[in-house]
Amino acid sequence: MSLAMDGTAKLLRQPQQALDVGQLRADFPILKQKIHGKPLVYLDNAATTQKPQSVIDMFRRYYSEMNANIHRGVHTLSQRATQNYEEARTKVQHFINADSFKEIIFVRGTTEAINLVAQSYGRPTLKAGDEIIITEMEHHSNIVPWQLLCGQTGATLKVIPINDSGELKLDKYKDLLNARTKIVSIAHVSNSLGTINPIKSIIDMAHAHDVPVLVDGAQGAPHLKVNVQDLDCDFYAFSGHKLFGPTGVGVLYGKEALLDAMPPYHGGGDMIKMVTFEKTLYNDLPYKFEAGTPHIAGVIALGTAIDYVSRVGLDSIVAHEHSLLSYATEAAREIPGLRLIGTARKKTSILSFVMEGIHPHDLGTILDHEGIAIRTGHHCAMPVMEHFGVPATARASIAMYNTHEDIDDLINGLKEAHKVLM
Amino acid sequence: MLDIKDLYQDIIIDHNRSPRNFGKLEHATRVAEGYNPLCGDRLTVYLNLDANIIKDIRFEGTGCAISVASASLMTDHLKSKTKAEAEEIFQNFHTLLTRDNEQPEAEMLGKLSALSGVKEYPVRVKCATLCWHTLHSALNGKETIVSTE
Repeated sequence: MSLAMDGTAKLLRQPQQALDVGQLRADFPILKQKIHGKPLVYLDNAATTQKPQSVIDMFRRYYSEMNANIHRGVHTLSQRATQNYEEARTKVQHFINADSFKEIIFVRGTTEAINLVAQSYGRPTLKAGDEIIITEMEHHSNIVPWQLLCGQTGATLKVIPINDSGELKLDKYKDLLNARTKIVSIAHVSNSLGTINPIKSIIDMAHAHDVPVLVDGAQGAPHLKVNVQDLDCDFYAFSGHKLFGPTGVGVLYGKEALLDAMPPYHGGGDMIKMVTFEKTLYNDLPYKFEAGTPHIAGVIALGTAIDYVSRVGLDSIVAHEHSLLSYATEAAREIPGLRLIGTARKKTSILSFVMEGIHPHDLGTILDHEGIAIRTGHHCAMPVMEHFGVPATARASIAMYNTHEDIDDLINGLKEAHKVLM
Repeated sequence: MLDIKDLYQDIIIDHNRSPRNFGKLEHATRVAEGYNPLCGDRLTVYLNLDANIIKDIRFEGTGCAISVASASLMTDHLKSKTKAEAEEIFQNFHTLLTRDNEQPEAEMLGKLSALSGVKEYPVRVKCATLCWHTLHSALNGKETIVSTE
């Protein structure tokens, strides 16, 4: 039984075609809601995206038609669950163009993926005096796991600085790379600035020193076409819930040779071939890294979300989001006292800003009154806030179902905030 | 339906734009720092406490309109109150912002009642109470940073 076709979404369009956003919005039931009597304008997609009906329905289908544990039962339901779970792995593999299904590890999210690499790759490999390179624009989840690793091994953390547009200073990166560098871990897209980093050159430069690179793709996979073989990254991590899939499930891609040499992250069932009290033989990839019963329904529903995104077509999504971001950026520049935080030449989907005399939290509350959901705060990127000398920013982040009208509503909301507070 | 002006009353806008008792208090006998990691708000409360009477009180820091106005109104309200009175006002203020079935003593609160709209915004309660937690810490001579998270 295959669930590749979900049957609920009515989207059958050619990749390069312009998005029919109205039709697409009909697939997202939550968008029909009213908030404080106003139609919901959801612009907090960098925090999490909304789910299409097909993803929501998959949970019901899973629990009513195939719920069983995977990889162990010989009964029909277990085989059905296992087959769909493994099909989801293949979907992920094709989505990011990995060479083999063995390179796709299901985890809870990007955070767990990074922790897995830090502990299973980093901890046995690194020693005192070694260096780990990250960047000033990282999310806390790509800072703290490395700090923990530094504490465990005596390695030190080196940070590539950013300029005032929110772009990496690549010349400084070049200076940081040396024989002590053991891993580079970097965001594909900054969650607080929207900067698209030149990861291909960053990876090439690291590889020239035989240093592996982990790409934090939490904000990359939903907004850019990812081809891990072309990038030649060693690890790529992303979360399901930022890709229109469920929370609690994410992906770690790793090159097979690296994963193969790494010890397991968690011990338990499913990650073993044979256990005695003297010795345990670990399972093959990718199962070695999937101890215990995973989020089976979540993984299958992530596969459904990937089907959805693939049907819409990443090319059209990228084009649509680019058009929205340019429109929003231009409109925001017209607002007196508004300062954009993050003005990199290559950006996607994120508009971060502060307004003179108005704290982002007041802005967040007033916009909420207009039905507009944005994120306010430090976005788990406190070093970025420090760089720009602000305690917090307001962040509007877009997804494929947003419209130019959503941006108009946002801009009007900002004007309203000015009226209320100033 | 909620009106945004129930939250951002004119008196709050006024105290946010021109906070009273703002700036360091020289020769303060008690100082405490408050921090709200959710929004990055930081504020310092300075007290001149003499025989358990608040002779003078000032604050400085950055924050949202609710947090700045609340601190400004608090400092205005507490001058020449005793430590015990201040603590009791805090209790009533907390009741005002968080309790549905309890009525605070309105007389005791005075202008602080302007913050009653915050009750409808549970995530903003900590903005309004950060200065009070910090005051509590200053009154009790604690020197650690108070956090509302």
